[in-house]
Amino acid sequence: MLEPSIIKDEEIEYLIRDVYERYGYDFSGYSRASFKRRVNRICLLDRFTSFAELRYTVMNDAEYLKRFVEEVTVNVTEMFRDPSFFKTLRDHILPQLGTYPLIRVWIAGCSTGEEAYSIAILLKEAGLYSKSLIYGTDLNPAVLETARAGIFPLQQMKLYSENYMLSGGLKDFSDYYTANYDSVRFDKSLQEKLILSTHNLVSDSSFNSFQLIVCRNVLIYFDRELQERVFRLFDDSLENLGFLALGAKETLRFSAIDKNYHQVEDQKIWKKIDHH
Amino acid sequence: MKSQTNTELIVIGGSAGSLQVIIEMIKNLDHAIPVPIVLVIHRKAQSGDILRTLLQQFTKIPVIEVEDKTAVEDNTIYIVPADYHLLFENTQWMSLDSSEKMNYSRPSIDVTFKSAAEIYGQNVIGVLLSGANADGVEGLSYIKRNNGQVWIQDPETAEVEFMPKHAIEAIEYDLIITPAGLADYINQL
Repeated sequence: MLEPSIIKDEEIEYLIRDVYERYGYDFSGYSRASFKRRVNRICLLDRFTSFAELRYTVMNDAEYLKRFVEEVTVNVTEMFRDPSFFKTLRDHILPQLGTYPLIRVWIAGCSTGEEAYSIAILLKEAGLYSKSLIYGTDLNPAVLETARAGIFPLQQMKLYSENYMLSGGLKDFSDYYTANYDSVRFDKSLQEKLILSTHNLVSDSSFNSFQLIVCRNVLIYFDRELQERVFRLFDDSLENLGFLALGAKETLRFSAIDKNYHQVEDQKIWKKIDHH
Repeated sequence: MKSQTNTELIVIGGSAGSLQVIIEMIKNLDHAIPVPIVLVIHRKAQSGDILRTLLQQFTKIPVIEVEDKTAVEDNTIYIVPADYHLLFENTQWMSLDSSEKMNYSRPSIDVTFKSAAEIYGQNVIGVLLSGANADGVEGLSYIKRNNGQVWIQDPETAEVEFMPKHAIEAIEYDLIITPAGLADYINQL
């Protein structure tokens, strides 16, 4: 069932302003069409029948705010989503990163961690895991808890296993997890090099330098202006000759930083080549 | 069928059995159409842009697979990419969303129909074709409620009648179309 149409356009603007002033979360650069759907979806899930009810709860219940942030952002992700992307990482990008003494990867907007685990598996299979660090960040503490637990629904494993094989994986995917009744626990070794932390792409600054930044299907929720700010943040956080990977339908083409980047094959991966 | 309003957008939703209808329509469209056409077609997540390449063979009208923040232009056929929902920001821009599936579908026809209804109001035509899924019917009801037009494929002509049949029963439609007639109606707009 579709979300209802409870919240009007101008009410979305009030809500964004209120949440920013009260809590500091800034959603003003989010694409409105998707954001409005998310807010109306929250009304459906949590049975708010008017904007006033939603606003009252958000403004007066700091605990509820956590849920609001979790539900207003999209946390749909999967392991080895777009297998051809992971195949390119495996075949063309990781061999280049292998020459570094320490490989730092940033998964920006990592949500519940499926991509972080996917990349940990790729690094293991490339023999680079022991000298790698994977930073997974998200604005939302609750999803990071899920990522930290490393427990995912069993029913997803058929898809993930197919994706893994299409990405060039040669092992039996089930070697990486232990199945329980309806969930699986991924191997603890896949967490050894994983550093999970909150970071808001809208308001937080660069915190390290990386050879690979992966940010897929996050920027689609931002307007062009906010996208440009985030691209500058990535540019500041990426070493020369490092790689920036975006989602299948996202592009660097409209950004001012594009001139310092070369696209890798036909994938949404760009290599940084500083001209000075 | 001449309407009192100015059509600014046509959104066509289809699932199983809709591809042949879309190909037939595209073959018979005039070389220039005064509106954008957005196609929401159910298919596998890993479909790549094969559909775009296929459809472009049959027309000189540009066929584009939508990327993040794509401008809406007349005389263009847009395909919603596999594994994303398509939303309208306003009448100038489309955006993508990879949130939860709707009716087991991503792209979901309902999601795009509803968004089109909210942005285009009476100036949108929603067309629902052959399919085995309930997706699209609720979205058509939003188009109708916002005074847009609803066209539904004649279930007799549909390879899979479930979707159009269900829509005809549930929605006050404006027109029943056949695969051979769809392009003519669009050419006459």
